[in-house]
Amino acid sequence: MLQEESDLALIIAQIVQKLKGSNLYAQLERQAWASLQRPEIKLESLKEDIKEFFKISGWEKKLQNAVYSELNVFPLPSHPAAPPEHLKEPLVYMRKAQGSWEKRILKSLNSMCTELSIPLARKRPVGEQKELLNKWNEMGTDEPDLSLFRPVYAPKDFLEVLINLRNPNYENGDSHSFRTHLGLIQVPLKVKDIPELKEFFVELGLTAGQLGIDDSTQVPPELFENEHVRIGQKVLSEQDSAAAQQYIRQGSPTALRAELWALILNISSQPEVLLCFSRDTSVLGHFAYNSASPPKSYIRGKLGLEEYAVFYPPNGVIPFHGFSMYVAPLCFLYHEPSKLYQIFREMYVRFFFRLHSISSHPSGIVSLCLLFETLLQTYLPQLFYHLREIGAQPLRISFKWMVRAFSGYLATDQLLLLWDRILGYNSLEILAVLAAAVFAFRAVNLMEVTSLAAAEAVLADLSTLKVMPLLQIFLFATVT
Amino acid sequence: MRNYTIGGPDAQEEATGKQSDIRIMAGKVKWVTDIEKSVLINNFEKRGWVQVTENEDWNFYWMSVQTIRNVFSVETGYRLSDDQIVNHFPNHYELTRKDLMVKNIKRYRKELEKEGSPLAEKDESGKYLYLDFVPVTYMLPADYNLFVEEFRKSPSSTWIMKPCGKAQGKGIFLINKLSQIKKWSRDSKTSSFMTQSTKEAYVISLYINNPLLIGGRKFDLRLYVLVSTYRPLRCYMYKLGFCRFCTVKYTPSTSELDNMFVHLTNVAIQKHGEDYNHIHGGKWTVHNLRLYLESTRGKEVTSRLFDEIHWIIVQSLKAVAPVMNNDKHCFECYGYDIIIDDKLKPWLIEVNASPSLTSSTANDRILKYNLINDTLNIAVPNGEIPDCKWNKSPPKEVLGNYEILYDEELAQGDGADRELRSRPGQSLGPRGGRSRDSGRTVLTTWK
Repeated sequence: MLQEESDLALIIAQIVQKLKGSNLYAQLERQAWASLQRPEIKLESLKEDIKEFFKISGWEKKLQNAVYSELNVFPLPSHPAAPPEHLKEPLVYMRKAQGSWEKRILKSLNSMCTELSIPLARKRPVGEQKELLNKWNEMGTDEPDLSLFRPVYAPKDFLEVLINLRNPNYENGDSHSFRTHLGLIQVPLKVKDIPELKEFFVELGLTAGQLGIDDSTQVPPELFENEHVRIGQKVLSEQDSAAAQQYIRQGSPTALRAELWALILNISSQPEVLLCFSRDTSVLGHFAYNSASPPKSYIRGKLGLEEYAVFYPPNGVIPFHGFSMYVAPLCFLYHEPSKLYQIFREMYVRFFFRLHSISSHPSGIVSLCLLFETLLQTYLPQLFYHLREIGAQPLRISFKWMVRAFSGYLATDQLLLLWDRILGYNSLEILAVLAAAVFAFRAVNLMEVTSLAAAEAVLADLSTLKVMPLLQIFLFATVT
Repeated sequence: MRNYTIGGPDAQEEATGKQSDIRIMAGKVKWVTDIEKSVLINNFEKRGWVQVTENEDWNFYWMSVQTIRNVFSVETGYRLSDDQIVNHFPNHYELTRKDLMVKNIKRYRKELEKEGSPLAEKDESGKYLYLDFVPVTYMLPADYNLFVEEFRKSPSSTWIMKPCGKAQGKGIFLINKLSQIKKWSRDSKTSSFMTQSTKEAYVISLYINNPLLIGGRKFDLRLYVLVSTYRPLRCYMYKLGFCRFCTVKYTPSTSELDNMFVHLTNVAIQKHGEDYNHIHGGKWTVHNLRLYLESTRGKEVTSRLFDEIHWIIVQSLKAVAPVMNNDKHCFECYGYDIIIDDKLKPWLIEVNASPSLTSSTANDRILKYNLINDTLNIAVPNGEIPDCKWNKSPPKEVLGNYEILYDEELAQGDGADRELRSRPGQSLGPRGGRSRDSGRTVLTTWK
């Protein structure tokens, strides 16, 4: 008991510390001062009265949402003596692997820039500054000539690195146990099995209504849809972040999705200056819990001197080929640039960054790959062995889907239903489950192919798939 | 013995010479086309139909609009037999020529007004409440003076000039000064150098300078509508329509009035633009448009918009139905062009009799292939030799990606007052039911 209490105290202290620097804190302070004018605030019971005022005016709710948001995003503190690297990534070998991968990317980036004589970090010359200011409002159509640039890396390169990950403490050796893993990923991370997934994704079960299934044209809306929409509207009017996250596990109605996502991601409704993602230094904050580190460069001649270090790009994130696919679906929801940007930024620092950094996190790409391979090997062993025999390791096909969170592969409305569940469960594991479900769905055709190319062809077009039925059948309706 | 030939007297003898070959192929549908497009030919071949020439006995002829003009012209003296079908109505131009379409709609509105129909109701400023879906339009040079009068009422307005008989955006330009169309003035000095007939017929319409923009770009909607008969009116809407986007951001600025990449959505024009993307071709599916609008504007206004779109299509068909030659050998698949303005009001721009069967992207090819496939399934039941005396009522299963837009017979069966209840803006009521894919439950009668 004592341990839990002190843990809780630690968590509270950390959250308070974080929120103290936020905009919300300043607003609450202002509101508290302003409330002193109100007749119901009495000096004798000042604390209670202000608390009551916050409750009635909805500010308590905002605070609750902010706390909930912090809990979702930041990992719980482990040991007070644990160094900050442990927060980023507890396993040493993973940290090392991420470090080498980063070095490789940087080397590639640096050599490309040297080749093209493009400095990565410098102050813009005055002439260029003036030009930029003149064109500030039309930036959208103005594009530099990108024809000479190559993508820094493609998902395929990243997959090769993951395949070569090894835990030096783990001896897989001669013991060919039942659990011998025949897939590409060879690190012993814990992943959920189907019974655990069924429990985790319980709201996707056969007895619960789902958007993506129970709103199809054949089902009368009175059965599920109408009530679900009504509840959604109520959740929005209450502005309750936690309730919204629970609600969205059964899918979001199209008309409510934009607001629900904003509520869950705790986006402020303040119009923010629209920043170009790569220049947004607030993004640097997520590197506290990201195994990756932002690349640093030093002003010429000042190598090693921290005062002269700059991050490049300023947000520390080096994009890869296909990166813009994280943003594209969001354009269907938000036509206001500043809202769109905030949503994207939150989605990135909460979820998407895990798809291209090496870590042991359950939502990290390594775990997702292992989860996918394990599901396939355990529950579709014939298919798995067959594909392996013909040189078509399933992960080679599904990797690109997961790295892009299926963006660009599914029809947009289906993708949004999938991302609803990512938000609802605060986890990317559903990407691995969907990938396995797709293979299960096309199993018959896949059993007949005799090459990797043919397997790719069978799985080339996912645009007609309906994700929720696939997930439901795979998790809840297949005999395991 | 058929009287009909296209080729002329010699073709007759050629045809009899081939009699024995034809006897072997009897039972299979014989097709002809003068449009060499793979989406057509692949569809004919996959049905096991037999290709013949126009001089032989044929059952199915997919014609270009030039050919249909010859077939049904007074000189050739045609007579199609019961087992022959063509893909155009003889006087389709009543709908598909820009000037005639407007004329017919104006006439239709006046008729409704005269008989006191509630559909012809107007608002305080004299605008039709339910039938104002075509921008103010005049024929030039015939209505030149009327146009000038209208122009002077709002001299800062922009107008769009379109040649009556052209397609693909050819010959279209925008004007905002009377001097720019001096040529079409009836008493212009230049008329002494030209006769009336050589002055090409144009229509001039009030330009919709506030189109709904997505990503800052103007777009229009291309919807396919199949008509199997005009009297009674039976028409089908293809569910897989698409939006065509301009490659350049929209601006109403007068300095860009002649930049066609800003204003004209035709693929034939946009594909020459610098930023044209060959993979998506600047196209969105109507499904995605609906998703975007529902997400950003809400479900009710989106459903209302789509209801209105279906409404104006049906009204345009009703407008020409009385003057259409409802030849039983004919069906037609139209390409409707619709623009949505920033108040979410749809406008009918034009109707194409021969929508392009060229594919600009891979998805495009699949779409057009399926379009022809579904069209043939409805027009030529069971893929067998047609009998144009059939009732043109295909079973629901063969519709494919089409859905019934309006069926006059069924509608009349439900009572005359259904018309009144199906105006846009009326509540859907319990018969509204699901409006997922089309939102036009009010107008359909198959429930």
